Amino acid sequence: MAVAELKSESLSTIKEEHWFTIIGRRFLRHKLAVVGMIMVFIFLLMAIFATVIAPYDPYKQGLAPSYSNPSPEHLLGTDELGRDVFSRLLYAARISLFVTVLVNFTAETIGVIMGAISGYFGKWVDSLIQRVVEFLLTLPTLPLLLFFSAILRGTTIPGLPDEWSKAIIISFVLIAFGWLGSTRLVRGMVLSLREQDFVQAARALGASDWKIITRHMIPNSLAPVIVNLTLGLGGVIVLEAALSFLGFGITPPVPTWGNMLQNVQERMWQQPWLAFYPGLCIFLTSLSFNYIGDGLRDALDPRLKL
Amino acid sequence: MNNTTKNPQEQPDLLVVKNLTKHFPVRSGLLQRVTAWVQAVDKVSFAVRRGETLGMVGESGCGKTTVGRSILRLIEPTSGEVSFEGRNVLTMSNKELKPLRRDMQIIFQDPYASLNPRMPIGESVMEGLQIHKIGAPKERWEIAINMLKKVGLEEYHARRYPHEFSGGQRQRIGIARALALNPKFIVCDEPVSALDVSIQSQVLNILKDLQKEFGLTYLFIAHNLSVVEHISDRVAVMYLGKMVELTDRESLYREPLHPYTQALLSAIPKPHPGVARDRTILKGDVPSPLNPPKGCRFHTRCPIAVEKCAVDEPEFKEIRPGHWAACWLAE
Repeated sequence: MAVAELKSESLSTIKEEHWFTIIGRRFLRHKLAVVGMIMVFIFLLMAIFATVIAPYDPYKQGLAPSYSNPSPEHLLGTDELGRDVFSRLLYAARISLFVTVLVNFTAETIGVIMGAISGYFGKWVDSLIQRVVEFLLTLPTLPLLLFFSAILRGTTIPGLPDEWSKAIIISFVLIAFGWLGSTRLVRGMVLSLREQDFVQAARALGASDWKIITRHMIPNSLAPVIVNLTLGLGGVIVLEAALSFLGFGITPPVPTWGNMLQNVQERMWQQPWLAFYPGLCIFLTSLSFNYIGDGLRDALDPRLKL
Repeated sequence: MNNTTKNPQEQPDLLVVKNLTKHFPVRSGLLQRVTAWVQAVDKVSFAVRRGETLGMVGESGCGKTTVGRSILRLIEPTSGEVSFEGRNVLTMSNKELKPLRRDMQIIFQDPYASLNPRMPIGESVMEGLQIHKIGAPKERWEIAINMLKKVGLEEYHARRYPHEFSGGQRQRIGIARALALNPKFIVCDEPVSALDVSIQSQVLNILKDLQKEFGLTYLFIAHNLSVVEHISDRVAVMYLGKMVELTDRESLYREPLHPYTQALLSAIPKPHPGVARDRTILKGDVPSPLNPPKGCRFHTRCPIAVEKCAVDEPEFKEIRPGHWAACWLAE
């Protein structure tokens, strides 16, 4: 009897933990995700403290002869105009990270909401959203992005430095075409969840549509969205690079990882490090984001024992 | 069955269903035009008395679940009337319906699908209280835990997730969730058919105890006649979207009037293999509800059907006091 009492007592006095700390602890058990987190953190620090870390002004030309090899003065050498590549890489991190994070989080959020609405309400709402999505998907992305960038090229957001206003404008263009995939993903998930008994139970309890969507639909359809998001984080850096290369994204002299990569096309065989380092940055960021996404998805799934 | 407008508290019938019909559209082709209708439930009428358990049996696809869910408006019926304590549920707006949700709840068949896998079960049980803003947040948790205790779970279970429980436990969590709002009426939609036999009796006994404690009224949907016999006060039998017989348990099991009921009862396995059995074996399959037979829907398989059965549909009428059936030959 005493033993039973003791047992039930120890069980009932289990410390109550905040949901967030539980998720955090589960996340920390995913080693690669933690490594990814650290990597992203380092990149963020590099971007934030670029002014302090960078040994040279990234726009200053003729610091050394064009295309000079890496040396103690110029750690990663210089580019075609004699600018310090290492400094430019640090400044590029600012814009590249900003654009990719802004675009992906906004686009996925829009996608989740639109997908949930589309799948949950069905009927004409679903038809309307899906036809719009399908229409946008059939359009070839790159020419369309070029078109919009061309229209918006002249516009600037007042009160912001030129490169940031450009970054925000290009982000909006990318967001406009970035929400399609996750909309379809979430719609599919919601369609299958809608008929499940626990959703019917919520309805029988009197839950509003909004509550059903936010408490039952979205939490249960988040896993593929997180994967989609982490894949997208790398993708947008590359897409921005393509736009920049064609002269419609963030144009030189403002450095981004994308346009740095594109700038050195012709010299790739003579000075491979010029392409290697921006490429490495893109690669490492997207890889890190991917692992973070993996860890997050696992941490958020209560069915997985971690 | 007929109720004049008296004080709702004195009415013996808690729930009256009249001519409930649900036809599901079948869409096909490029334009998704409606090409046919599945007549899942067709003009079903019955009443559930306050405090009783009305069992509802019938084979798969006969419309039992559709009836249960239509009553709660989880499915919008095509036509008919459902009145709960004298108020018509089917004409209510969502806003009017919300307070009524506290009085009418449902328990589902599949314990694996009826709980949100990403929500601790305590929260699932608490959800109704949050929706209806019953009690302060702290109290809600207490109520939820009390409900869990009522169905034989412990406080420390409340923070666990559904996958950490067995089927029987989950079914009891589903019962706790339905009970948390202190309803008057619960639709039990085959609550035990997904469980092992030993767990079935456990869950059935919990349902019976709770009924006594809270004065609940059940509409108990099942396809297992023994389970229905165990728990019901009255039993309704459905066949192909129609109600064919409704009476109290004793009369139904002693002297079924409808040939379909007779066939069903003769199919219950007997515990003693030596006992001679008088089995009525039905031939063929249930016809498709897409195109149900004319006349009596059962006439294609009925062992005693006459010519009239294929032409005219028998009325569902009170053949003996308290004993309804829809058969031309019943008397």
